[in-house]
Amino acid sequence: MGNTGPILRASGLSKAFGAHHALRDVAIDLWPGEVHALLGENGAGKSTLIKILTGVYQPDAGEMLLDGRAVSFRDPLQAQAAGIGTVYQEVNLVPNLSVAENLYLGHQPTRWGMLDKRRMHVGAREILASYGLNIDVRAELGSYSVAVQQIVAIARAVKLSGKVLVLDEPTASLDRAEVERLFDVIGRLRDQGLAVVFITHFLDQVFAISDRVTILRNGQLVASQSIEGLSRTDVVRLMLGKDVIFAHAATAAEEPGSGEQLAVFSGVGRRGSVQPFDLTLHRGEVVGVAGLLGSGRTEMARLMFGVDQADTGHITLDGMPLSLRNPRQAVAAGMGFCPEDRKTDGIFADLTVRENIVIALQAKLGWFKALSRDEQDDIAGRFAEALDIRAANHDIAVKLLSGGNQQKVILARWLAIDPRILILDEPTRGIDVGAHAEIVRTINRLREDGLALLVISSELDEVVAYSSRVVVMREREMVAELRGAEISPQVIVQAIAAQQGATA
Amino acid sequence: MNRSLRPLAATAVIFLLAYGAAALQFPGLFSTRVLGNFLTDNAFLGIAAVGMTFVILSGGIDLSVGAVIGLSGVLVAVMISWLGMPPLIAFALTLTIAAAFGAAMGAAIHWLRVPSFIVTLAGMFLARGAASVISPDSIPIHHAAYDWVSQAYWKMPGGGRLSLIGALMVMVFILGAVLAHRTRFGANVYALGGNAASAELMGVPVSRTTVLIYTLSSTLAGLAGIVFSLYTQAGYSLSAVGVELDAIGAVVIGGTLLTGGYGFVAGTFIGVMLMGLVQTYIIFDGTLSSWWTKIVIGVLLFMFILLQRLVFRAQAARD
Repeated sequence: MGNTGPILRASGLSKAFGAHHALRDVAIDLWPGEVHALLGENGAGKSTLIKILTGVYQPDAGEMLLDGRAVSFRDPLQAQAAGIGTVYQEVNLVPNLSVAENLYLGHQPTRWGMLDKRRMHVGAREILASYGLNIDVRAELGSYSVAVQQIVAIARAVKLSGKVLVLDEPTASLDRAEVERLFDVIGRLRDQGLAVVFITHFLDQVFAISDRVTILRNGQLVASQSIEGLSRTDVVRLMLGKDVIFAHAATAAEEPGSGEQLAVFSGVGRRGSVQPFDLTLHRGEVVGVAGLLGSGRTEMARLMFGVDQADTGHITLDGMPLSLRNPRQAVAAGMGFCPEDRKTDGIFADLTVRENIVIALQAKLGWFKALSRDEQDDIAGRFAEALDIRAANHDIAVKLLSGGNQQKVILARWLAIDPRILILDEPTRGIDVGAHAEIVRTINRLREDGLALLVISSELDEVVAYSSRVVVMREREMVAELRGAEISPQVIVQAIAAQQGATA
Repeated sequence: MNRSLRPLAATAVIFLLAYGAAALQFPGLFSTRVLGNFLTDNAFLGIAAVGMTFVILSGGIDLSVGAVIGLSGVLVAVMISWLGMPPLIAFALTLTIAAAFGAAMGAAIHWLRVPSFIVTLAGMFLARGAASVISPDSIPIHHAAYDWVSQAYWKMPGGGRLSLIGALMVMVFILGAVLAHRTRFGANVYALGGNAASAELMGVPVSRTTVLIYTLSSTLAGLAGIVFSLYTQAGYSLSAVGVELDAIGAVVIGGTLLTGGYGFVAGTFIGVMLMGLVQTYIIFDGTLSSWWTKIVIGVLLFMFILLQRLVFRAQAARD
């Protein structure tokens, strides 16, 4: 019987994509009747691990035992049939079919080859009633809220699999009441003896529901233990890296806010995205933004660059009111933004290095002032040299460059418009150590040139190294602003981990 | 009301209103004779439109339908008139060829990941070209059994004639509705149209379903070609040019969403009838150019696409 051991025992799992090791020798045990939180920053290997467990990827090495028997999955359907069901963040159901059809798709009861809709409806009602959901199962799924769809997805996964349930960020788009309802369901499933794997970025939720946690960092297992005896600070520390417990000399903390005021964001916020925040940017300073993934860091940057429209607050630039309804206005005001997801939001993969560099400048100049080929070559050459962009020539597609060089191309693109404010969202993610140091050097140099920079980063050491000030985001709210001697990894970790309010 | 029912209801109401208005002006329209002619004259279009309904429900498009109708007609005519085959064997062979043609297109769409628009456009040129190579001229069909089948009808009360081919179309619609709404295959088609990626994760056999959908569409187009040859007593390579667009029109007017996932086979039937009504009205009127049919259908199509937009946008806003 499987009651004496874990339902799923995986060990030695490794997976590499090209030269990048996404997962190295990771082990995880899932016991019946537990809620197991899987934690780690983006790129830590969480989703790779989940995809291996659920059959989307095949591991390069390692083994998985399900109920004591070795298993390997060719695709998610095999994993599902073996007992491992998954509910993804984006609900993976078909919105145009009815609730009942979604529960039964592929396994519909039939009579003489015809669908037995009556039996399907009765069955669906019974199943959902056991989740405390009394809805019209004949109505189309898309007409219900995401929370209800989530529960339907869970019901389907449990019905088809019934041993291990993997929930990939199920609460990302739910409000508080809906989260509680979901936790209720998860609790019931745990009591029924399922192993529930739960991925989230919200620490409160981890502590509210989990029995055990597994923490990954840089593709390696950091900890896998009972949640009892762990504090929030411990968890954050484990997620972000143990180096943070050692003190670091704050290097760039000299005279914070020394330059003149450049831009003032007061009470800027957007409902459902970021709580209103106040932030002042001065010439010649780097403001670091720390916080866990999903804490509202990126949303804040998007508001500041006009990608999303703020619904409260106002902005002044050089003392003049500034309206930011779209990124064009932000660019016109002298702002640049290097987004978090370089590949989809940053580079134009198939355009050349030269075209990628001049594109923002050309957009700013408008249709009628086309840059000549000579001017383009000149600009691209100048910035490629200044930033040390290593490409065979400037007419190769930018997708052929390494991540670090791509990041520098985007940086060059904004420097070409001679900006006053530069927003960098995770500028060093996914690039090698050498390029990493260069980016950090460039940030320091730009600050000395008098630019105001806002840099979002998960790497605390890095934030500490170049920031004149650090703001900390938590749960979509700016919760702290640190300056001078306060800027240290410990203080930042504490600010991130501090418990919000009395509840939760 | 379920939102996908709303365009269907709108189509039904518009059809009844239009029919009522037309019948007030020309009382002769309100008779089983006219109804019988409706069914006979539009039989080939209706049969092809059933296949098109499945394709559009799954989120695809089939532009080869008209060409396959033309090719099937030529094939049947060649087999019967030139090779002297019995009609039933000619039918079976023609349907098999059409089915294989559709399966090949479905396979190309799924495994080569080429949009259905492109694949079936190529299929359209292929089929039309092949038909013209076989015979650029119309091939008359003279066969005793053929004459009998094309003349066979059942006299309805009121003197109208329900021809065999008209009845065949009604049968195809009924079978199509059962297939769409009462079988796993049908559910899979809707799932593909709703969200193909999710459907695959939920275990829908995407490859098999895609191939079957286009096989079904081409087979029904082949059947429509046979019906057309019965109707015209000939096979001609340039017949049924543009019928795929009429079929798409009937499907959309019938309340099926062009992007897939929502719609009913019964709606397509009303769509075909509505198009037939417009034609019949213009014939009754006698002074209008028959091109007015196209104008009216264009206006109707536009109205329905607008209506679907509104229905689905209102829903989205409420969510």
